[in-house]
Amino acid sequence: MKYEADVIIELKSGMLDPEGTTIKRALEHLGYFPESVKTSKKYTIALESNSMHEARENVEQMCEKLIANPIIHNYTITLREI
Amino acid sequence: MTVAIIQFGGSNCDQDVLHVLQDVVGLDARLVWYKEDDLSGFEGVVIPGGFSYGDYLRAGAIAARTPIMESVKRLAAEGKPVLGICNGFQILTESGLLAGALTTNMYPKFKCQSTHLRVESTETPFTSSFRKGEVVRIPIAHREGNFYANEATLAQMEHDDLVVFRYVDAKGRVTDEANPNGSQENIAGIVSTTRNVLGMMPHPERASEDILGSKDGLKVFLSMADHITGSA
Repeated sequence: MKYEADVIIELKSGMLDPEGTTIKRALEHLGYFPESVKTSKKYTIALESNSMHEARENVEQMCEKLIANPIIHNYTITLREI
Repeated sequence: MTVAIIQFGGSNCDQDVLHVLQDVVGLDARLVWYKEDDLSGFEGVVIPGGFSYGDYLRAGAIAARTPIMESVKRLAAEGKPVLGICNGFQILTESGLLAGALTTNMYPKFKCQSTHLRVESTETPFTSSFRKGEVVRIPIAHREGNFYANEATLAQMEHDDLVVFRYVDAKGRVTDEANPNGSQENIAGIVSTTRNVLGMMPHPERASEDILGSKDGLKVFLSMADHITGSA
């Protein structure tokens, strides 16, 4: 079966997010005053797998081994059958 | 007694390091394309600066997972000196050979400038020619040089004397103003617990001859050469 995973990579809480801070400042120049702006990256991964469970395990391994850096990142996986 | 200088697609300081090692220091060195994954016979490794894999994903992330890095790990495990400069430092943290991570500069801009560094430890194969506490001038050129490690790791690194260079002002004081990228505790370079793997964001090869305005960086390569020729 075919699956598609949305992987969101975020900085762990408490870490500096210089890009988010800069965007927040730019928004303030435009008259918007958000409480915070955080950046994240999204990767969409299509894969073939025998089950939802297997697909999730596979994507988790991809995150641990390459897509995220566990020292600085948290990741979330949203999986769907396609 | 040859040093391997690893070239990835996007490395751009490889020729400079080769020039300094061969022509200035007089050590035998050879450029090694990353697809040659056998490093047996080399007495040391330099991973030069640049933008391997275009900094895709994260700076150094993809290069860190290439097969040649397994050979670098084997060499490091044998106790041979491994030096990562700038992108090389990023590759070493991403590969797990060094602690922590290098994240986007606090002011998220590419910074290319001269910096003052304080030599915090001379107990490494790369800093034995310095004096402890010596203030030197070596330039940086990066956008992802903001060193991060969690508190427990930082405390352990401090305890084990693993911080080798810190950004300081001209008088050797650790200040926020002297910190060009927001690195925790002004950290500019660290070694592994085994002390034979050094990563540093500043470029010693760009400060190794008088014509470049500073030759303070040369001592990094001279120390490395002393270590290699003395231990072989």
